[in-house]
Amino acid sequence: MGKTFAEKALGRAAGYDVVANQVVTVEPDWCMSHDNGAPIARTFKKIGVKNVWKPERIVFILDHAVPAPSSDHAVNHKEVREFSAEQGIKHFYDVTSDGGVCHQKMCEEGFALPGLIMVGSDSHTCTYGAYGAFSTGIGRSEMAAAWATGKIWFKVPESMKVVVTGKFKPGVSAKDFILKFIGDVKADGADYMSVEFHGDGIENMSIAERMTLCNMGIEFGAKNAVCRPDQKVLDAIKDNAKCDRWEPLWADEDAVYAAEYHYDLGDIEPGVAKPHKVDNYAPISEVKGTKIHEAFLGSCTNGRIEDLRAAAAILKGKKVAVRTIVIPASWIVYRQAMREGLLDVFLDAGCVICNPGCGPCMGNHEGILAPEEAAISTANRNFKGRMGDKDSFIYLASPMMVAASALKGEISDPREAL
Amino acid sequence: MSEILKGRAWVFGDDVDTDLIYHNKYLAETDPKNMPQYAFEYYPGKEHFAKEVKPGDFVVAGKNFGCGSSREHAVYCLKYAGIPVVLAETCSRIYYRNAINNGYPVLFVKGISDAIKQGKINDGDQLEVELSTGTIKDVTSGHEFHGDAVSDLENDIMQAGGLMEYLKAQAAAKK
Repeated sequence: MGKTFAEKALGRAAGYDVVANQVVTVEPDWCMSHDNGAPIARTFKKIGVKNVWKPERIVFILDHAVPAPSSDHAVNHKEVREFSAEQGIKHFYDVTSDGGVCHQKMCEEGFALPGLIMVGSDSHTCTYGAYGAFSTGIGRSEMAAAWATGKIWFKVPESMKVVVTGKFKPGVSAKDFILKFIGDVKADGADYMSVEFHGDGIENMSIAERMTLCNMGIEFGAKNAVCRPDQKVLDAIKDNAKCDRWEPLWADEDAVYAAEYHYDLGDIEPGVAKPHKVDNYAPISEVKGTKIHEAFLGSCTNGRIEDLRAAAAILKGKKVAVRTIVIPASWIVYRQAMREGLLDVFLDAGCVICNPGCGPCMGNHEGILAPEEAAISTANRNFKGRMGDKDSFIYLASPMMVAASALKGEISDPREAL
Repeated sequence: MSEILKGRAWVFGDDVDTDLIYHNKYLAETDPKNMPQYAFEYYPGKEHFAKEVKPGDFVVAGKNFGCGSSREHAVYCLKYAGIPVVLAETCSRIYYRNAINNGYPVLFVKGISDAIKQGKINDGDQLEVELSTGTIKDVTSGHEFHGDAVSDLENDIMQAGGLMEYLKAQAAAKK
């Protein structure tokens, strides 16, 4: 009987053969925390251990509210700085032009690597599966415990196989596919499971698109989500891998799955997740014309250079009809967008460009919604009130649809704006 | 452990996300004891939960309770409100881990999602819950439900009072 990716990755880390539903204790390759490193540090200090197990395995990336919009946030940032200094944590991305959204940084800085066990005190840590890592989000107490002991327990998950073939038609992207998929399997469709994306449809995708898929894994309950680490990944990590512990792993052909789905990307059309659930899918035909008050392009889901290019191609030479907030996912992305002239395209179109970070995604700052306002957003969650007032509305969509909608002030079909 | 817990039910639907349980507006709060005042503030029709909840009341929910963020606030705000156990059909993986790691029980109750939709269990119903057997009696409606037991490791962590206490006990045992 063949093995799934999760069985191989957790077995490699445990040092022995494992099967689904077995409980294993492993040492994480990386432990990532963002602004919540501060409360985790406080919890860590209560355990009674003086030093973290391996300071070189801990990564801090401030992103949730940067620069600090309130003194509470500022205190958190200050404590992360102090704790990093005390503990000798070198992988620290402060509020500087080296920073950005934590998941983007983990990937572009070479932390996300095939076969590694990666945990983060953020639910979208599942993003690193785009590089073939076993990565998953954990809570704060658990992160404090991992720092202290260098150990974390996992139940080896059962796996779901999603076979994706073909190519997108113009105006359609990875976001449209994953929103449709979540609409089909629902928000608990992969609860506790490892989700593997297979097929030539995935091979055809850029790493950025695969990151969009894996990032949204948590939105249908996945423990982790992963794509095969192919040549595109090996080329990307060749010069910047942060460690040599990695190894490309993939599921055997005869691995056993708890569920299997098949999709042809050529069948996918532009779509959205309507308020207030990510599985509340609707194709463009059902929501076209819905009035919006804000458009947001950014986040760990869709703030990469590929996303900015796709949006800029639609906005070029035109004017937005509603306030449009553009937040590149990192300063590396920001500089690249600047070099390519994309920032000029956004500014000429009337967009506001903010500094890299999470921005308004979870309602901290830079684009909070008023009562009765609706936003179209490239982020990953549309929970009630997430971007501001409890009586506001969020539609999740692709960068192309966000750009097309920004031009009209209503939800619009990107295929008509190409 | 044959103790029977008695209290009122607060009934919720499927896919209750972490922003509905504890909104991200209050994430900068880090003292668990201050978190109950914000519980379910964004849940339509349950805005009064924080004011009216009494220690011993139960949270009853359908499928995928606690989906979304990894915030532990969503566990603390119920634990420190005195809710002894969450009764749900299923809950999200991170929520479940956070609960276990804080020594807080979640009982998985087969059929409760449908029972909620069919009105077999309602807000304010008097419940009797026996954690050791997983038996739940709705005294008001007369319906009975059954929850699953947790795994050995999870039970060990719970019995120790949470992950911190479990780790401390393990470290002490090694010495």
